[in-house]
Amino acid sequence: MESVIERIEQGHFWKYHGGIHPPEMKFLTTDKPIRPLAIPKELVLPIQQHIGNAGELLVKVGDNVVKGQPLTASSSMMAVPVHAPTSGTITAIEQSIIAHPSGLNDLCIKITPDGEDKWRKRYITPNYQSLTKVEILDKIINAGISGMGGAGFPTHVKVNTNAQINYLIINASECEPYITADDLLIREHCSAIVDGIKILDQLLEPAFILIGIEDNKPEAIKTLQKETQDIEKIKVCVLPTKYPTGGEKQLIMALTGTEVPTGVIPNSLGIVMQNIATCFAIADAVIHDTPLIKRVITVSGQSLEKPQNVWALLGTPVEFLLSQCGYPEQVKKHIIMGGPMMGFSLPNTKVPVIKTTNCILAPSEAEIPNQVKEVECIRCGQCAEVCPSQLLPQDLQWSAKAQDHQQLNKLNLFDCIECGACAYVCPSHIPLVHYYRIAKAEIRQQNLLDIQAEKAKQRFEARKARLERDKIAREEKHKKSAAARQARMNAGTVQGNQEKSAVAAALARVKAKKSQNNTDNKLNDNDVQPQEEQQTDKKSQVAAAIARAKAKKVAAQKVKETQITADTKQVTVSQEQLPEKPANKAEDKKSKIAAAVAKAKAKKAASSADAKSSAQSSDDIKQSSDDKQTKITAAVAKAKTKKQLKSTQLQHELTPDENNKNDAKEINKTQDVTDKKARIAAAVAKAKAKKKQAESK
Amino acid sequence: MAYWIASSPHNHQQSSTSSLMRLVIYATIPGIITQWYFFGWGNLIHIGLAVVTALIAEFTVLSLREKKVSEQLFDGSAILTAVLLGISLPALAPWWVSVIGSLFAIVIVKQLYGGLGHNPFNPAMAAYVMLLISFPVQMTSWQPPIELMSIALDFANTASVIFSNFTFDGYSVEQLRTHIDGYTMATPLDTVKTNLTLGMTIGESMSNPVIGEHVGIGWQWINVAFLISGIFLIFKKAIPLVTPLSFLLSLFICSLIAFLLSPDSNASTLFHWFNGACMLGAFFILTDPVSGATSVKGRIVFGVLAGFLVFVIRKFGGYPDAVAFAVLLCNMAAPLIDQYTRPRTYGHK
Repeated sequence: MESVIERIEQGHFWKYHGGIHPPEMKFLTTDKPIRPLAIPKELVLPIQQHIGNAGELLVKVGDNVVKGQPLTASSSMMAVPVHAPTSGTITAIEQSIIAHPSGLNDLCIKITPDGEDKWRKRYITPNYQSLTKVEILDKIINAGISGMGGAGFPTHVKVNTNAQINYLIINASECEPYITADDLLIREHCSAIVDGIKILDQLLEPAFILIGIEDNKPEAIKTLQKETQDIEKIKVCVLPTKYPTGGEKQLIMALTGTEVPTGVIPNSLGIVMQNIATCFAIADAVIHDTPLIKRVITVSGQSLEKPQNVWALLGTPVEFLLSQCGYPEQVKKHIIMGGPMMGFSLPNTKVPVIKTTNCILAPSEAEIPNQVKEVECIRCGQCAEVCPSQLLPQDLQWSAKAQDHQQLNKLNLFDCIECGACAYVCPSHIPLVHYYRIAKAEIRQQNLLDIQAEKAKQRFEARKARLERDKIAREEKHKKSAAARQARMNAGTVQGNQEKSAVAAALARVKAKKSQNNTDNKLNDNDVQPQEEQQTDKKSQVAAAIARAKAKKVAAQKVKETQITADTKQVTVSQEQLPEKPANKAEDKKSKIAAAVAKAKAKKAASSADAKSSAQSSDDIKQSSDDKQTKITAAVAKAKTKKQLKSTQLQHELTPDENNKNDAKEINKTQDVTDKKARIAAAVAKAKAKKKQAESK
Repeated sequence: MAYWIASSPHNHQQSSTSSLMRLVIYATIPGIITQWYFFGWGNLIHIGLAVVTALIAEFTVLSLREKKVSEQLFDGSAILTAVLLGISLPALAPWWVSVIGSLFAIVIVKQLYGGLGHNPFNPAMAAYVMLLISFPVQMTSWQPPIELMSIALDFANTASVIFSNFTFDGYSVEQLRTHIDGYTMATPLDTVKTNLTLGMTIGESMSNPVIGEHVGIGWQWINVAFLISGIFLIFKKAIPLVTPLSFLLSLFICSLIAFLLSPDSNASTLFHWFNGACMLGAFFILTDPVSGATSVKGRIVFGVLAGFLVFVIRKFGGYPDAVAFAVLLCNMAAPLIDQYTRPRTYGHK
């Protein structure tokens, strides 16, 4: 650091790469004092005039405000309040055009001045040395001070640092052509500026204070040197005039020889830089309790009748300034807010001036001709020679036109400070800075999209994992309940068995449905499906048959139990025969009739022949009565069976019955025989029926 | 009531590409006058032919590409290419040599690659090499200086030779090139090279009438003229300083080392500097911005490589003069040179 101070004291400053020497044109306004202006008819105050966030509104439409009254409050660290530049009424709080290259609208407070210019109560602090750092910072933020050099960074954030500050650099270089605002301010208000510098000294306690100024301002240099000759710390450094010496990185390089690494703020290098107009505003705020409500603006350009520096209230529309300086009606109008190198064109003159406006330029056609046609790049390399950031504007231009974002990042596009030196020298008149701005915007937008895509990807991954987990949990649950069910079914309890058969029946139903659906839907797969269907059919049929058989067994058992108390053996036998011959209804009926007839005969025999014989006579009578009965019954039965034979094809079964008819004696036997034969016939019929079923399948 | 909207910066240096080209064309005038003084009207006719062909070709191609012809036709680039080609050709080459060369330079080397600013090779030099390889006889029939010629050539006769291969009196190019003593005269570079293969030393070659007092009648003064023009252009910041400086230094050092090692078989440094197309190449060919390197470091490497190649090809190659080949080889290397000589950005390591 010692060598730096030595060099500074000797005036051997460093040089930064590149730079240009455009015509300064400062003679238009440098010899006139700063002119105070009348109050305009309307003031339009954008609520955000700095880098950061807008403050919260404290007023509403219709409120009467006094000069210096805060209109917004600082709610976050990067919010800076705005104040009423004069007393009046708030006529509107609405979207209105703001001082931005895009020409878009933002929220503005519109004040109609009442002409009285009444101040709010102000509390002077003549001895600011007694204030603490916190108090000074409070005053700075409450006064709404942000950087007045052009960028507008909140001052209270920049000077609120506990780091060891080696150099506090005051930027008085004003390197852009035409602008003389800082020059005049130094000449007219140097003591206030030095007060502001002393306040910053108290706040930051730097080792040295360097005031960087270009050598095209001899009067200002002299004034500064005189005012600061008693203060050892402050060194007035006169730098050779070159654009862009006023750029932060370039000025640091020129004064201290340190190169600020990319992406690093100078605070971490122990350097704080403030514009000289900001120092003036700080002095006003801390000592005189005056918020930032006005500033010096250079209104210049050869098309004006009276180009001059003016004290302009913040929020003054540009047309007021132009009319005050004599802007004649003309066909081709070009109004620039800012200097010719970095200023932006205005779409109309309703745009209000804000804290960072240091110049309004109204050039004539000869001064700044309207755009000349762009030609192809001939790769002359002059742009790289003048770039203060040591970039390759030529390669950047090729890549920007090709939208090659990767190459642009490799060429360090975001180190471009958009000073315009490259486009100034380009023989092909390529609007290089314009291409870089577009490329930067494209890259920023792409980065935002990438972040969103990354978030979406993470959400998707999390969802996928969650679904996986749920699936596994579900399967576990199913396994457990299946095991429990198995255990229950195999336990052997009644409920278990019921469950089992119910499940089996349900499964059978499902399969039957499935097979039906299969036959309906899948007509193409004939080979595989029918076999499956047959198998399922068979299975279901088998299952159904088994079920039926079981049910029958149970019913048969019941019937057996009820038939033990029946009257006649034959009846019971015949009745017994009944359930065993399901296929032969004819035989059932026949034997039923035979049984009834026999019963009736038995009764008659018993009543007619009383005491003849014991068992035998009764048996004989029974037998004879039975014989008659059986004859009749046999004849009736025969007729009936004949009828049914035709329908059921059982003729051959009845031939033994027909033979029995002719022989009377045989009727006795035939009774037994018919019974036997009936049983045999029934059995034969059953077998035949089964055969027929098998054939029909 | 519309306001003019433009992107910053609004100021401009008021230089333009066409004015740059025009300045370079004007700077060739001293060299052309010197060439006319020593060698006659031949090159002037060739320059005229080349310029006309170039303009017609450019007009045709621009119309086919549907570009704004009026803006681009007279931006000076085509005319400059044609002028440089015309200067480089032998004075008595047939007319179709310059026409074909000019056509090739504009249509193929420049426009086919994308037009102004997109050509990777220097159009004049690429055309020269194409002509040299395709028509070696015509491209190596160099007219001797007027003071050595036995047959006088005025404008009409020169035109006659260019357009019909014979003067009005019926002399052919070969006859025009013959010295009074009966041998065909060549350029100084060619003379020295041929004599070396014949076993003569440099010292013996220097007594050839073509060489004259210093290093070559006519050729030396043409190179001096181009040197002066080049310094003028550097002063005007139309061309960078480093490219010609590094080229000349590199050639000087190479030839100096060779000369010190063996003065009998290596020509002197000044012989190399003021012969052939050395100065033309240094200040007008190598400094072509489109086909050269971009950064300062890159241009130094570019120049050093060119100087080295010129020396090597002149010494060991088959052709007496090597500027065209060296330039083309360096044009090929330029993108690679650019990539490895990118300057360090402020704030980066």
